[in-house]
Amino acid sequence: MKPSRSTWIILGFLAILVSAAVFGPAVSPYGVGELSSNRLTPPSPHHWLGTDLHGRDLLIRLMYGARISLLVGFVGASISLLIGVAYGLTAGYLGGRTDNLMMRAVDVLYALPRIVLVIVLISLFDLKLKNLFDGTFLTAFANHARLLLLFVGLGMVEWLTLARIVRAQVLTIKERPFVLSSRLIGQSTPVILFRQILPQVLPIVITYLTLALPAVILEESFLSFLGLGVQAPLASWGTLLADGASMLNPIDTPWWLIVFPATALVVCLLSFNLLGDQLRRLGTDSGR
Amino acid sequence: MLSFLARRLLSSIPVVGAVLALCFLLVRIAPGSPFATERSLDPATQIMLEKKYGLSGTLPEQLFRYGSNVLRGDLGDSLKFRGRTVGEIIGQSLPRSLLLGSIAFTLALGLGIPLGAWAAAHHGKKTDSLLNSFALLTLSTPTFVLAPVSVLLFSFGLKLLPPAGWGTLSQLILPAICLAIPFVGVCARLTRGGLLETLGSDFIRTARAKGVSENKLVYLHALRPAILPLVAYAGPLAANILTGSLVIEEVFAIPGIGQFFVNGVINRDVFLVSGVVLVYCLLLLFFNLLADWLTAMLDPRIRLSS
Repeated sequence: MKPSRSTWIILGFLAILVSAAVFGPAVSPYGVGELSSNRLTPPSPHHWLGTDLHGRDLLIRLMYGARISLLVGFVGASISLLIGVAYGLTAGYLGGRTDNLMMRAVDVLYALPRIVLVIVLISLFDLKLKNLFDGTFLTAFANHARLLLLFVGLGMVEWLTLARIVRAQVLTIKERPFVLSSRLIGQSTPVILFRQILPQVLPIVITYLTLALPAVILEESFLSFLGLGVQAPLASWGTLLADGASMLNPIDTPWWLIVFPATALVVCLLSFNLLGDQLRRLGTDSGR
Repeated sequence: MLSFLARRLLSSIPVVGAVLALCFLLVRIAPGSPFATERSLDPATQIMLEKKYGLSGTLPEQLFRYGSNVLRGDLGDSLKFRGRTVGEIIGQSLPRSLLLGSIAFTLALGLGIPLGAWAAAHHGKKTDSLLNSFALLTLSTPTFVLAPVSVLLFSFGLKLLPPAGWGTLSQLILPAICLAIPFVGVCARLTRGGLLETLGSDFIRTARAKGVSENKLVYLHALRPAILPLVAYAGPLAANILTGSLVIEEVFAIPGIGQFFVNGVINRDVFLVSGVVLVYCLLLLFFNLLADWLTAMLDPRIRLSS
């Protein structure tokens, strides 16, 4: 099955989204933190998507928010990928008691609300990391220590599902003749794991990546919405939406502060989910 | 059946214990104190407070004390909501979350299964791809997007439903729908996938050869084995949805258990957090057990002992 036209449309759309996040701020006449006296103006030719309570342009804030949301998504999903694949490979291949113990640990982590893990991780290491970076060549990152932790934290809670999927795959793959024969000719365990088994699970892993991406973006937005993720003056789509939601009132709600961040988030998540869906279908069709 | 139940219950004990211990330790080692206020606390008072609530001594000591209290049915006192025990707080807030959650759960399954079956019956046609896109759309619309937007639209725009609060039936409608929608898509997709697989199997071919009508085939014969994947998914989902949505409760100002949980985590209210996690964990195990049992009921080939 060849990639359909809709796949290309989605990819094109995502490319536009990424380039808006990367180049948009350079083109915009407004700065990201630029205040003005035009407070809460509805969308107009000057401010395409309106302004917020402090007169900041919503469009530029959304573009900066896209940077954070996409970055968190990519980094978080990649981290979850690394941990999940390594964990699943090990558990599945070693089998027996080790496997049992490792999967039990996954069960425990599954039952623990993720939000507890992320919050504890962030609050535990936030200051330490900041102090660690301060004074070294990494000083520039010191102020973003929290963001960095958010990446790592989200990656560290998202890997559980993938670990289960990979393990289940490995369990069947390791009994296949080619693995047995490579064991017979004396290949070492790491070689078998990475040269023989890993390529076999890779298609599933790539499909999972496109599904983990929106999941991580969603999780970050969720945490930010609750005020636990990205902190002002930085803004992600989640915090922008939370700002808008906090201004909900029956008389005169600035609807643009809710509608535009919501649209951006939903459209982005939808594109990734559609892409993942297409990829999965591609995988099952070629497998048959 | 009984031995299966006993074995499952026995094997869940270590999981519950590990989850509870991990949660307790994580909240305790996180910086920040549950007793911190705007004013700095004098060390003597801090020590007194810690002693009063059983949080003095080393971490293993505290954990042991907490563990033995839990075994005796005492979940401890809330550290921030002074004068209220965790048991009281859960007893008051959990029923609200349970009510809202069970409505949302019913909605998610009640809408998801027929939609999925409909899509499978029209496999490969326009309806199918349309429903698939709709399912993906609901999947991509998290509650924290849905909630403010629907309040904006239905409460303030069309003035149909109340925007927030708790107590009347009309106040339940909007939060329940917002809570259910993201899961409708998942349920529909799982049903569709399961059905498509079942519709290709031999007993369906036999039934079709015998002249069973296509509708009867899909909705009566195939649906029962086809919803197996959905049952496996619905177990954890039920636990998740019943213990309350943090976002829904925040946006709609519903005094459910989710709000207490978030505040507890932020305040390092260790007993409250552990108590809620315990409830969640027990619910999760219960529903997983229920799902396994249902699976065996639906598919006689699956034995509970395995």
